[in-house]
Amino acid sequence: MGETVIGYVKRVNGPVVTVGGISDAAMMELVYIGSYHLIGEIVKLDGETAVVQVYEDTTGVTPGESVYGSSMPLSVELGPGIIGTIYDGIQRPLTRLRELSGDHIAKGVFSPPLERTRRWAFTPLKAVGDTISVGDVFATVPETSHIVHRLLVPAEIPLTGETYTVERIAEAGEYTVDEEVCTLRDTSGALHALTMISRWAIRKPRSVKERKTLTVPLITGQRVIDMLFPLAKGGTVAIPGGFGTGKTMTQHAIARHCDADIIVYIGCGERGNEMTDVLREFPRLIDPHSGKSLMERTILIANTSNMPVSAREASIYTGITLAEYYRDQGYHVALMADSTSRWAEALRELSGRLEEMPAEEGFPAYLPTRIAEFYERAGRVTTRGGEEGSVSIIGAVSPPGGDFSEPVTQHTKRFVRCFWGLDRSLASARHYPAISWLDSYSEYVDGLSQWWREKGEGIWFEQRQQMMDLLHREVRLEQIVKLVGPDALPDSQNFILEVCSLFKNAFLQQNAFDENDRYCSIEKQLGMLHVILTYWELGSAAISRGLPLVRVKKMKVVQEIARMRFSISDDNIDELDRLNIRLERQIHRLGEMYET
Amino acid sequence: MKRKEQMNSVEQELLKGREYIGVNRIEGPLIYVHKTHPVGFGELVEVHDRNGRTRLAQVLDTSDDVVVVQLFEGTDGLNLPSTRVKFMGESFTLPVSAGMLGRVMNGLGRTIDDAPLPKGEEIMSINGLPINPTSREYPRDFIQTGVSVLDGLTTLIQGQKLPIFSGNGLPHNRLAAQIANQATVPGREAETVIVFAAMGVKYDVARYFIDSFTASGVLNQVAFFLSLADDPSIERTITPRSALTLAEHLAFNKGYQVLVIMTDMTNYCESLREISTLRGEIPSRKGYPGYLYSNLAELYERSGKIVGRSGSITQLPILTMPNDDISHPIPDLTGYITEGQIVFDRQMHSQGIYPPINGLPSLSRLMKDGIGEGMTREDHPHLANQLFASYSHVKDVRNLASVIGEEELTTIDHQYLDFGTAFEKEFVNQKDNENRSIEETLDKGWKALEHLPPEELRRVSEQELETYYKG
Repeated sequence: MGETVIGYVKRVNGPVVTVGGISDAAMMELVYIGSYHLIGEIVKLDGETAVVQVYEDTTGVTPGESVYGSSMPLSVELGPGIIGTIYDGIQRPLTRLRELSGDHIAKGVFSPPLERTRRWAFTPLKAVGDTISVGDVFATVPETSHIVHRLLVPAEIPLTGETYTVERIAEAGEYTVDEEVCTLRDTSGALHALTMISRWAIRKPRSVKERKTLTVPLITGQRVIDMLFPLAKGGTVAIPGGFGTGKTMTQHAIARHCDADIIVYIGCGERGNEMTDVLREFPRLIDPHSGKSLMERTILIANTSNMPVSAREASIYTGITLAEYYRDQGYHVALMADSTSRWAEALRELSGRLEEMPAEEGFPAYLPTRIAEFYERAGRVTTRGGEEGSVSIIGAVSPPGGDFSEPVTQHTKRFVRCFWGLDRSLASARHYPAISWLDSYSEYVDGLSQWWREKGEGIWFEQRQQMMDLLHREVRLEQIVKLVGPDALPDSQNFILEVCSLFKNAFLQQNAFDENDRYCSIEKQLGMLHVILTYWELGSAAISRGLPLVRVKKMKVVQEIARMRFSISDDNIDELDRLNIRLERQIHRLGEMYET
Repeated sequence: MKRKEQMNSVEQELLKGREYIGVNRIEGPLIYVHKTHPVGFGELVEVHDRNGRTRLAQVLDTSDDVVVVQLFEGTDGLNLPSTRVKFMGESFTLPVSAGMLGRVMNGLGRTIDDAPLPKGEEIMSINGLPINPTSREYPRDFIQTGVSVLDGLTTLIQGQKLPIFSGNGLPHNRLAAQIANQATVPGREAETVIVFAAMGVKYDVARYFIDSFTASGVLNQVAFFLSLADDPSIERTITPRSALTLAEHLAFNKGYQVLVIMTDMTNYCESLREISTLRGEIPSRKGYPGYLYSNLAELYERSGKIVGRSGSITQLPILTMPNDDISHPIPDLTGYITEGQIVFDRQMHSQGIYPPINGLPSLSRLMKDGIGEGMTREDHPHLANQLFASYSHVKDVRNLASVIGEEELTTIDHQYLDFGTAFEKEFVNQKDNENRSIEETLDKGWKALEHLPPEELRRVSEQELETYYKG
């Protein structure tokens, strides 16, 4: 911990502390305030004074108290032991804090993010004399039962060059994170000792070799997303919605079911009980892709709404840095930030305390820049070690009053390429996920169609178009119905309403609590979409031949379609083909009956 | 360096309770004192006027040349030269004890019912500390309120924070009193106590609650913190904190199931705005300070349960939506923090329906884990889902009917209208002393659904239809 006094407290105004008598301090330097050693960060320097944003409650801080420097920026500690841990916004392990300070988080408690006593099974991948560069893997450690932690040559410690020779490397065996495991010699001949721990400043993106185009979907198992508004691995999406529209539920569903290797879940300024819910549920739930406990691929960052506001501001950066670290090891990481509006509000609150000139609705003028910087850290990349990895960002937005025209939603929209707008009227009718098919969009559709073609499912693109087209026609028809009632429409148009209503009930809605429905494999999704479109094609053909709509609607098989999401499980997808055949047969028979 | 720090703390000990005569500036509830010893942020302050009356205050901003102090009881009658300001060297604390049950206190936790308060069992800081998310126990115990629309559709769970979004002139007080009187957790009746915080409400509102609790015989299990409409508005910012501090003591140290009723949160927020404006802070929406969300969260997040402790804090904040506007910052930010909301509907009220709760925007986020088999009844989740879905369709049909006339509706739409009426008159509507069991509530829900044909009921299972549906 920092021991050099760099100044003294001049003024305390909530989480903003003015420090006087500064001798040696840098912007964004991590500092410790007063006798409690509260953690803070320098955000403004002016002559001999500095303004510090403090990450803890400042009650009791007195002018005249000493301020200690650390001569490093606010950083995270990286190494094995991150997965499965729950951290606060500045990477303090909450379980450990509980042991130290009890059920409430006391001021000034500190514990290193990585456990120092645990021993990890270390396997070296390099031998003495090997040449190695920054970002290369020099050893592996099994972090959970299926995630291998790859130890990389850190970029930032030695500034002397990019390539090194291995001078010494520990033998395979068990080591703690702070034991020296490798020594490198740089080109000038100087030696650098490595442990399993490295550090990275949270506000600085980690470097990569190359950024790639986004062509692989992130499969979420949620039909409305995968089929209509897909997200690519390395992509960015915003989920805006008023309270109670299911932002958190959607985020949880994706965290549970998506096919990323690692999940970083940031509870930023949200409810304490929601984090408890995740903590309680995830260890028990099984990851559908690896068959292991979900907690074995999840990192939680909890900075609930009653925890200090500046740590809320930092939590987003802490999360994305951890995500990038695992990306650099060659993993696909999905990051959920719930909610970025709380982060923006933290920026606003701090900006107000710093007495900065406000722009729109009191938000600082640099809000769009910060949002852009954050989303720009997503991407699918070739890492410096030559692996492929990605970070996808799924950011919830909580617009005040559910009004999407407010600054955070609007600016976020500029920097994301996928948008899942949540609709209050859908949520009121308990249509979940309440993703509106009219407001939402995904710019990844074209880029991903190639992937589907390679899978032999190129039909997805056309079927999606067809369904979207029907949904848009339905909206226009609904307007007519509102004026004159459904009876005024011809059967052919009423059938569009019927098919769309079936599509909404049987396909777009998904029950997060149903065994069969909560996760839907893409094969089942395609099958279901196909059944509904068959119903539309054969049904409308039959109606155009003069068959009354009532007869088509009353077919027994329609009830079966309505319940297929519950009745057919993922292991039993052939059942969908049989359903399709029954549908064809019944319509055919109906047509015959009517003709005779 | 350690020595210096020690010196500092010795110095601070000596400076504790140092008093200054004369202040430099008074503005609204704020006092500015120049050139003091180093004063801690958030420190408790006693302010004495020239007649010797003591008022409590808190340090809002501290620096080496000026200290801003915020008074909780108003600044009327204070003058610059003879006002004495005493810095107590510690933050605002409240002596709490179970003996405060059955007593009436002001917003600062001082007695106003003519008898001294019992000695505190513990002295606690009124700001509380955030509960570590890993220490929280996920709330899942169903509270039966005896009100159908709550128990059936927006179930209250022990440890939940569920606000009532109401409007002026709507019966939110009646409902809050009814819930307080009837709420039971099966098997735990005796341990339930109530902490009541009134912020800026009129005396007759407070009286209504006192009378209602007297009539039902629970008065000695209620602690009142009253900061009435004619008390200084600034006191309201402390009232809920005092109340929650006692609630935390009762729940987590004493093991009680505590129900905290806070009315009216709108007044609380307005006091915050008042102080913020006086301090010249940059306002955000509608003039409310940018930290309104964090500030409300500090209150609401003090509810819940803690692993290994038997008590719980359930919050029932009441707020009147200005102009019935749910997108106003106060209900809006509240809704983002609380675990659901109960929304009153003026139209239902004018139709004589009590409680006038609009089921569609109302929501209980925690109900999913507290209902169903073994907790309420196995058909509860699907039934609630079905009632929501059908009732939301009723709204569409009513809109349609208002355009094309009821005669033009199809048969099925007519059935929906009948269902809507039955749902509102039989299921939602009840008397304010009617205590329905959960079985009664669910049966009434099925009864309303009997107006609809079974093929419309897609959210319930075949089995449930067979057992409960008699249409």
